[in-house]
Amino acid sequence: MCGIAGIYNRHSSKEIPINTLKKMAMILQHRGPDGFGFYIDENIGLAHARLSIIDLEGGWQPIYNEDKTICIILNGEIFNYVELKEILINKGHSFYTKSDTEVIIHLYEEYGADCLKYLNGQFAFAIWDKRKERLFLARDRVGIRPLFYTIVDGSFIFASEIKALFTDSRVKREIDIYALDQIFTFWVTIPPRTVFKSISELPSGYYMIVEHGAVNIQRYWDPDFTPDRSIRKEGEYADALTELLIDSTKLQLRADVPVGAYLSGGLDSSVITTLIKKYTNTPLRTFSVTFSDKRYDESQYQRQMIEYLDTDHSNIQCTYSDIGRIFPEVIWHTEKPIVRTAPAPLFLLSKLVRDSGYKVVLTGEGSDEILSGYDIFKEAKVRRFIERYPHSKFRPLIMKRLYPYLENSPVRSLKYAETFFKVNTGGYAAQYYSHIPRWSTTEKTKIFFSDQLKEELKDYKNTDELSFFLSAEFCKYDYLSQAQYIETKTLLPGYILSSQGDRVAMAHSIEGRFPFLDHRVIEFCCKLPPNIRMKVLKEKYILKESMKNLLPLSIVKRTKQPYMAPDSKSFFSGNDFDYVEELLSEKNLKDTGYFNTGSVYMLIKKSRHGSILGFKDNMAMVGIISTLLLHDMFVKNFESKSREAVERAMEDKGYALKV
Amino acid sequence: MHLKSEIRNFIVDYFLYGQDDGFGDDVSFLEKGLLDSTGVLELVSFVEERYGISLEDEELIPENLDSISRLSAFITGKIGNSQPMTRKKIE
Repeated sequence: MCGIAGIYNRHSSKEIPINTLKKMAMILQHRGPDGFGFYIDENIGLAHARLSIIDLEGGWQPIYNEDKTICIILNGEIFNYVELKEILINKGHSFYTKSDTEVIIHLYEEYGADCLKYLNGQFAFAIWDKRKERLFLARDRVGIRPLFYTIVDGSFIFASEIKALFTDSRVKREIDIYALDQIFTFWVTIPPRTVFKSISELPSGYYMIVEHGAVNIQRYWDPDFTPDRSIRKEGEYADALTELLIDSTKLQLRADVPVGAYLSGGLDSSVITTLIKKYTNTPLRTFSVTFSDKRYDESQYQRQMIEYLDTDHSNIQCTYSDIGRIFPEVIWHTEKPIVRTAPAPLFLLSKLVRDSGYKVVLTGEGSDEILSGYDIFKEAKVRRFIERYPHSKFRPLIMKRLYPYLENSPVRSLKYAETFFKVNTGGYAAQYYSHIPRWSTTEKTKIFFSDQLKEELKDYKNTDELSFFLSAEFCKYDYLSQAQYIETKTLLPGYILSSQGDRVAMAHSIEGRFPFLDHRVIEFCCKLPPNIRMKVLKEKYILKESMKNLLPLSIVKRTKQPYMAPDSKSFFSGNDFDYVEELLSEKNLKDTGYFNTGSVYMLIKKSRHGSILGFKDNMAMVGIISTLLLHDMFVKNFESKSREAVERAMEDKGYALKV
Repeated sequence: MHLKSEIRNFIVDYFLYGQDDGFGDDVSFLEKGLLDSTGVLELVSFVEERYGISLEDEELIPENLDSISRLSAFITGKIGNSQPMTRKKIE
């Protein structure tokens, strides 16, 4: 796990700015605190900040092929490197390290861009092929590791994080209002768009080739929900899933440092920790976050699992004011506005892991997307069920099955929920049916945009980019698969694995690993008959079936509680934060120009008054504060903010700066 | 009339954040997209607090609550019919 960065000049007459390259590496020090490596040739410069996990002594990067004509920098892990290495040695390749990185180089020599289909892992990497004068960059199938790029002044510049790109003073730092429109609707930007005008993101499952002044981007993988035609019994599917998960968990425990695991009390992390305990020799070390507010807290279930697994466990308790206090740091790492505070507790959790001497954790993300765990899937099914016979008196009763965990449940009033679901279909196309309630609720937050922003956005239709980004095939899937496909392509990479995943874990140099996102597991689950992913309204049915003899019944049977954290209350619960006051000052709201001052004040009044805030208000408040923080740190004060980060890296005595 | 303008002020402040576009008293809050799925609960807690009445789950229906006119008529009826509220003693 690491940070990567690089600069490629179209013309070799121009020199590679070595100082910029160093700064790029240093501002990524949180991703790779164990040391730096650089490669500089005529028109290419590569930088690598390393977090050593495999081959601690020999794994320094860049790593080269036999005659040093090809070199690579990698952020991530290739879990099947042992098997790949054997194949490559048989094909005549020789290796000089024991690292996983080196296998990619030789696979690339053998297969070119097709090398990607052999990799089982989570990665973003850059290969410089000197013979062909070609830069080859790729990102893993579902977007676990990030990769951003920009083109400026004849240079192609890339990095694991946007802040590294901004250390090159030629790169403009300006917020993209169309991206704000997307985030205040979908919660994410649609790649390649990012929240900064000049910066693009390589989408998950894509690679790019930069050569002779041209940039080509290609998709090499996409989730495929075409159902498996072979008719098998439920039990056979359940057994096959168990086997696959055991194998992916074992594979992801490969490391030369100790590996821990998150334990939330939910089904997915309970599955992973149980598989570690029962099927491997790895000593189980677990970590969790608990909440002072019982509505968010799952410690009761965590305790059950701790006892059941007899694990060495640590937890950190998170309060409202913790979230408010650390929020600016969280946004420094997410590098995009967020409409929920949920990444903040995970930022605290990764610190706990780091302070406990661990660098790697296994976690349960991905299961909800591929096995149909989210409420949004259930809700869509219920809506369709009711709509089939709109006059039925009995059908709406099924809505009571939704949201049993919410204190202020939107289905407390059935009549209202029914009308709400009926009315609220907006102008969205039919293929987005499942996501319409979420998007149409979120987009109401745009009422807070300033008049000028509203005017500029009035003809912008954000679903155009979305439909272009999603595969045309997905309209042919069954309803449940359509919903899961959208989620896997948007929220998973754009929020769950980034703002709530890589970015808040890497903030404390922690590598998350995700056994549910082994591509073999994904491909297996997406092809399952939809009615065993969700049976009637039982989410993740087949996973529960496959795990019912391995886990405590209370964990298998509990209704899913989505991971959430206190939102607006974190900023207005008696602890007033200076930065919030400054950001929300009339002057700052006017100067930045994104939001309507009067309306923001109404919302603040409402938040302070302590009335029940609905989803919309909470999302608006968190979205507004995070957008203003982003502007403050990345647009207005980036020089001083980045200088601090670079200086911190230079002061760190553990750094070996080798060029 | 006073009740209607009070309700309007609340709706404009709380759900339109001061951006009153002069919508009519009979416009449906749901159709106008003023309330999200938890919005009705905000509305109910406002009505309960402000007018000292409490609403049963069965009363949470659009016919009672879904426009300024409907809400105003509902509150008027409720206040007229209800016994004085028994408040908990503060020791």
